[in-house]
Amino acid sequence: MTTVTKQEYGSPFRINWWARAGWLIAVLYVMYAANYLDVSLTRFIQGLGNGAAFLGEMVPPNFARWKLLVGNLLETVEIAVIASAFGVLFSLPVGLLAARNLMPPWITWPARTFVALCRSFHPVIFAILFVKAVGFGPLAGILTLIFASIGFIGKLFAEAIEEISLKPVEALRAAGAPFISVIIYAVFPQVQNRFIGFSSYQFDANLRNSTMVGIVGAGGIGGTLFAAFQRFDYDFLAAILISIIALVMVSEFISIRIKKVFQ
Amino acid sequence: MTSDQSASTRPSSLRSLRIENLVKEYVPGKPILRNISFKAEGKCSVAIIGPSGTGKSTLIRCVNKLIPPTSGTVFVSDENITRLHGSELRKARRKIGMVFQEFNLVERLSVMENVLCGRLGYIAPWRAWLRKYPGEEVDRAFELLDSIGLLDFARQRADSLSGGQRQRVGIARAIIQEPHVLLADEPTSSLDPKTSVEIMELLVALSEERSIPLIINIHDVELAKRFTTRVIGLSKGGIVYDGPPADLSNENLKEIYGGTDWLQ
Repeated sequence: MTTVTKQEYGSPFRINWWARAGWLIAVLYVMYAANYLDVSLTRFIQGLGNGAAFLGEMVPPNFARWKLLVGNLLETVEIAVIASAFGVLFSLPVGLLAARNLMPPWITWPARTFVALCRSFHPVIFAILFVKAVGFGPLAGILTLIFASIGFIGKLFAEAIEEISLKPVEALRAAGAPFISVIIYAVFPQVQNRFIGFSSYQFDANLRNSTMVGIVGAGGIGGTLFAAFQRFDYDFLAAILISIIALVMVSEFISIRIKKVFQ
Repeated sequence: MTSDQSASTRPSSLRSLRIENLVKEYVPGKPILRNISFKAEGKCSVAIIGPSGTGKSTLIRCVNKLIPPTSGTVFVSDENITRLHGSELRKARRKIGMVFQEFNLVERLSVMENVLCGRLGYIAPWRAWLRKYPGEEVDRAFELLDSIGLLDFARQRADSLSGGQRQRVGIARAIIQEPHVLLADEPTSSLDPKTSVEIMELLVALSEERSIPLIINIHDVELAKRFTTRVIGLSKGGIVYDGPPADLSNENLKEIYGGTDWLQ
């Protein structure tokens, strides 16, 4: 038998001391912060008991004031529909202006900054600003969600346009087509389906958000929800929550049907 | 038919393309096209051959100013294209038909809509949006589709067509512009040999029928010799051969492409 000398290769993987130190620091910080904010298992278990009592008071849901509920739901839907319609309408030109493959930098920069501003705040913060500006009521909610829509789908529109093939655009420019016609014929057909997808998704988001802007007085069912909560009207609160869930599910169903039509 | 002739041109009723002293530099001091001059007039088909990267595509894109030339002048039927901007340039581009290597159709639009794209320069955007084309233009589009054997496909989406069929649509889109010059940028490079021959036949036939000068960028020398009446050889950004295809010798080809191993 011949002796085989085994060569020593060392560890096959590189040891990253920085990553290890980083993980250690992260774990230590989470423990410290939990301790500092008095996050503890005992409190959580106590809270479970309270939660159960709260849930108990919500059963059975009280639909006695269904007229108020239906009226509020309709207002919520109206806010979402109007905000989505105008939001999509304004997002189209904004998205187009922000597309870096079609527009020069001196146009895309302001457009992208505007979109970034619309995205930078949570809708509730916008709602507070607009309630101050135009007063309590649905108008504030509508304006809030229009800006939220522009911030979200304006950016997605711009990105979709930046991903198109420029070959048809070149062909149409070579044929002497005006810029608007180039957009209509060479750009829009390439992004239409994605635009419809984004828009129906945004309508969904607007519907959910329009149930919430009411909390700060910007119209819709959120105001009633908040009032019921503060008056310990938990059975009515349950009725409101169930209605919101039903509403969102109905809209989900409708948007699936809409997408099927355009496929 | 070179620059010395084109210097003393009189206005003519023939459709024509005249290029004078065209220079293009992407990087200052490094011209990709050096002083190109030639003229093509009436019923003629010109093949521009040359190795990849020698500026063939740049040359034909300088004609319609998709790429602005650094210096020199381009005349289409005696109209100076080079000095035009904005809407004037747009109007002039209607006189220049262009066919592309990868067809450049709008895949999601129908064949008919793609053909009518060639008329977008003539109608207002809102009419185009509503598909309100003048009746006689639609009739002409149908006739054209019929003549290239695609009438039955008029309402189908362009992405349902084969490569050869798509290129036919691309050619119809250029022809319906009623151009004064037809530019084709490697029109057969994405196609199989049989379809390539059919496409070349169609291009030459349509341009002769309508007396539109045809300029074809092509790297297939055999196809060029077979179908065109004149060959321009480009090498290192300059014209090194300009004459009938029959006179194109192996010596010329060696000068254009360099090396001899590929010649048999």
